[in-house]
Amino acid sequence: MSIKIKDVIHKESPMTQGHRMCPGCGAPTAVHQGLMGIDHPLVVINATGCLEVSTTVYPFSAWRVPWIHTAFENAGAGAAGVEAAYQALKKKGKIDKEIKFVAFGGDGGTYDIGLQSLSGALERGHDFTYICYNNQGYMNTGAQRSSATPKGANATTSPAGSVIPGKLQKPKDLTSIAAAHHIPYVAQTTLHNYMDVASKVKKAIETPGPAFVNILVPCVLFWRIDPALQGDICKKAADTRFWPIYEVIDGEWKLSYKPKKRVPVEEFLKPQGRYSHLFKGERSKALLEQAQADVEKDWEYILDRCGETWEPAE
Amino acid sequence: MDRPKVVKYTPPECVEDYPLGAFQAGHLVQKNAGWRVFRPVIDHDKCIGCLRCFLVCPDGVIDKSGEKLEIDYDFCKGCGVCAYECKVNAIRMVKEGEEADE
Repeated sequence: MSIKIKDVIHKESPMTQGHRMCPGCGAPTAVHQGLMGIDHPLVVINATGCLEVSTTVYPFSAWRVPWIHTAFENAGAGAAGVEAAYQALKKKGKIDKEIKFVAFGGDGGTYDIGLQSLSGALERGHDFTYICYNNQGYMNTGAQRSSATPKGANATTSPAGSVIPGKLQKPKDLTSIAAAHHIPYVAQTTLHNYMDVASKVKKAIETPGPAFVNILVPCVLFWRIDPALQGDICKKAADTRFWPIYEVIDGEWKLSYKPKKRVPVEEFLKPQGRYSHLFKGERSKALLEQAQADVEKDWEYILDRCGETWEPAE
Repeated sequence: MDRPKVVKYTPPECVEDYPLGAFQAGHLVQKNAGWRVFRPVIDHDKCIGCLRCFLVCPDGVIDKSGEKLEIDYDFCKGCGVCAYECKVNAIRMVKEGEEADE
């Protein structure tokens, strides 16, 4: 089940204009695209992060649906509580609507700070969807590294210098961690085409039980890209296999997008200012080879899990 | 346009005036376009109404309620995503203060 542009195009997004996200930020695009196709009434639970602080600056609110702010670490617990209250009221016959619950968190609030509450909520089997808009760092506080920051990226707490080439560690694979909870639906996607986010989020929300979607979105300030290239950089992330697009439905891994050609990871790294140190100096070649080797290794893992083979055209 | 309009904001005078608990949704109190350097301009002769710009606009300022697509310049931040993604090159970025016509 994938939805088409014409299915959502006549609808309006639950988030209005007027929010204070940076020009070219990927997070509001992910929210618009993801929630546009949903027909059910929604309740949004928002962890602290860019999305929360810039969409609800007192006295204005850019959300047109019921929205609740939770702290960094408890978006999962907040969503679980709201959902449990709804189930109780439904049982008593006080609510008869079919309401869906969506939690939003950035990668800091999901990968690092909110992981325990997310894990708990997934394990308890609440009927909600957790969407991580992953811009690979703590952007609200000034480009610090998080455990989603890729290896080699230049963040303010893992700066690139003459000795250390940016962040040294590989990011954790949170989508696999979520899949290891054996919940009904887990997906990983990015803004690489118009409808992938909408299809996957719709599937996640309509699946009974907990669901998790990890969406890679660009942060213009951290990635240091031209704001207009938002969609382009996400397409490169998918094409270079830096960010594999897949979903896990009831434990069955399914690859959603196979690039036709073998594109070197430099295509994705080169336009970004946070990787500019990889393209100069003596170590440049070795660092890029290392980056490519990491991509190949992760891709092999995903192919293996999905039981697929990949034969790129030359 | 099926979108909230800017409403006048009266600042609270005492503690009791501050909202407690729930607060109104979709509540805009000021325009938000001061940070724009380039503004997108739609060429209606070229536009085929595919609405891809509407899908990719981070700010949701593409207004599709009328006959022609319009851009809500009160809230557009001028990121240029719509102009980049437009398949028929119907959107141009024009510097603020300059005329759109060549």
